[in-house]
Amino acid sequence: MKAFEYTITDPVGIHARPAGILVKEIKKYNSTVTVAKGEKAVNALKLMALMGMGIKQGDTVKVTVEGADEETAAAAIEEFFKANL
Amino acid sequence: MISIQGKGVSTGVTIGPLYFYQRAKSTIRRYEVEDPDAEWARFKAAQGKAIEQLGELAEKARVEAGDEAALLFETHQMMAEDMEYEEAIQTAIQDNKLNAEAAVTDTAAQFAEMFAAMEDAYFQARAADVKDVSGRIIAALTGVAQGGIDSPVPVILAADDLAPSETVQLDKSKILGFVTEGGSGSSHTAILARTMGIPAIIGVGDQLKPEYEGREVIIDGSTGAIVIDADPDARAALLKKMEEQKRTRELLEQLKGQPNETKDGQSIRIYCNIGSPDDVPAVLANDAGGVGLFRSEFLYLNCDDYPSEDYQFEAYKKALSDMGGREVVIRTLDIGADKQIGYFNLPKEENPALGNRALRICLNRPEIFRTQLRALFRASVYGKLGIMFPMVTSVWEVKEAKKMCEQVKQELTSEGIPFSEDVEIGIMIETPAAVLMSDRLAQVVDFFSCGTNDLTQYTLACDRQNADLGRFYNPHHPAVLRALKIVCDNAHKHGKWVGICGELGADLELTETFLSIGIDELSVSPRSVLPLRQKVRETDVSQVKEKVLNDLLSDENTI
Repeated sequence: MKAFEYTITDPVGIHARPAGILVKEIKKYNSTVTVAKGEKAVNALKLMALMGMGIKQGDTVKVTVEGADEETAAAAIEEFFKANL
Repeated sequence: MISIQGKGVSTGVTIGPLYFYQRAKSTIRRYEVEDPDAEWARFKAAQGKAIEQLGELAEKARVEAGDEAALLFETHQMMAEDMEYEEAIQTAIQDNKLNAEAAVTDTAAQFAEMFAAMEDAYFQARAADVKDVSGRIIAALTGVAQGGIDSPVPVILAADDLAPSETVQLDKSKILGFVTEGGSGSSHTAILARTMGIPAIIGVGDQLKPEYEGREVIIDGSTGAIVIDADPDARAALLKKMEEQKRTRELLEQLKGQPNETKDGQSIRIYCNIGSPDDVPAVLANDAGGVGLFRSEFLYLNCDDYPSEDYQFEAYKKALSDMGGREVVIRTLDIGADKQIGYFNLPKEENPALGNRALRICLNRPEIFRTQLRALFRASVYGKLGIMFPMVTSVWEVKEAKKMCEQVKQELTSEGIPFSEDVEIGIMIETPAAVLMSDRLAQVVDFFSCGTNDLTQYTLACDRQNADLGRFYNPHHPAVLRALKIVCDNAHKHGKWVGICGELGADLELTETFLSIGIDELSVSPRSVLPLRQKVRETDVSQVKEKVLNDLLSDENTI
């Protein structure tokens, strides 16, 4: 299992567009990606559930990646967060 | 001949057959299915079809209005194929043996509720998206084509009101004008009509009967008049008006892309006054250079309680990003006097025009002001923002307001929230005190914008809402025009710019005066932009300046 923490800088937080692109990104890999804020965690493939967490600018989220290609997936997804969120 | 009166929200006269917008029926049957697997397959097929339609709509929107517009439909696409949404529907169909239409309806309600309960305005608005997407899947399930116009000739479209996704899907080559039962001046239909430059009349209620379908109707968007099967005389008069407008519009269209420059080479900026971000398409369609006055009151008037920072932020951000880098001057809260809002609990005053209003309320209740300033600075990274304070009489007021801006910037810095350092801060010049102090005020602001409605009222001691004052209330009074000149001279001495954002800005009889005294910007309603540009381009300041300046010194203005 790989994990990283990230603080959201996008002024609107995790909104529809980046959440949608994130889903597409995750689908490229064979790993399960979980986004957690505090005690709440969701499977990042679930677009509306992810949006439903109401993650805002300044919130720190913990992202875990688990699966066959977790090394490459985690690196790519961390890059994605930095570039889009 | 049948005459109906509505409220015109987009001007112009047009003639054509009346056509009622066709929409899918929304009553959903609910029943138990015998073969849940087959029902699930039905859902998957309908979902696929909805996703395909949304893809086409996204492309259509991209071509017509750009990437930003396409995004709405791409988001809808993602929602339609969302895993959790799909799982909830699957459970309803396979475990509860519910038919697909009912399963989608229930799931949509559940997700819409989740979004609606969220704090942030952006996410709250997603509730409508979930419903829109689900409606599309249900339409695909029931086999009813998404509404539209099935007519060989262009029509005057009648509807109760149209949702955003409906307006985008319309075949615009088939629409001559709009008539709606409900709606408001800022409804999607009204905005679309103004953007397309075709007439629209709203609020006709049940006066429009289904049996009028297909009959010839003439609508006049400037008066709100709708005439069905017009008499020959009425018909001829309206058609004449239509011809004249067409000719004028063609002439004005040629002015798009032309500079606002006089014959002798003097330039002036022509901006627009808007009341909400929804007016931005009209600003762009009329080729204005920016927004000179964004009245922020609508945010407060639309709410039952003080609007949150996020809610305001979304509106400012939208206006700024939609204007694509052109300047947007947002006026901070201007209530009191003739504009009252219940939840502010303002005590009743003997003389509200001279009472607690605008910036005075903001300085007395800094918590309200602070929320607005935070929202404004947060939005500043999305475009070129100007902030303007209304109803100033003293230098200290401006200093105090600016100090609050600095505090808000410090807060944002410490919270790691970005804002632009390039925000212009200006004030409205509406009071004689501000005119007389303009040499000092010019040293503490970046620009002035003259609110001529109030400036006239306060200078002439004439209540602008009292219709009986007639000849005493004269906005062309030399006192008002001299005041504008004093303001201009003082601003320019300190290298600051001056605009006019009151009704007077669009008064073509005064354009020569404004150019002669050196006004830098005129902010007017979107439709006034091109006529004003025409007037500017016809003017030769060197020919009229001397006469205009002499007029300011005379007893009466001869203009």
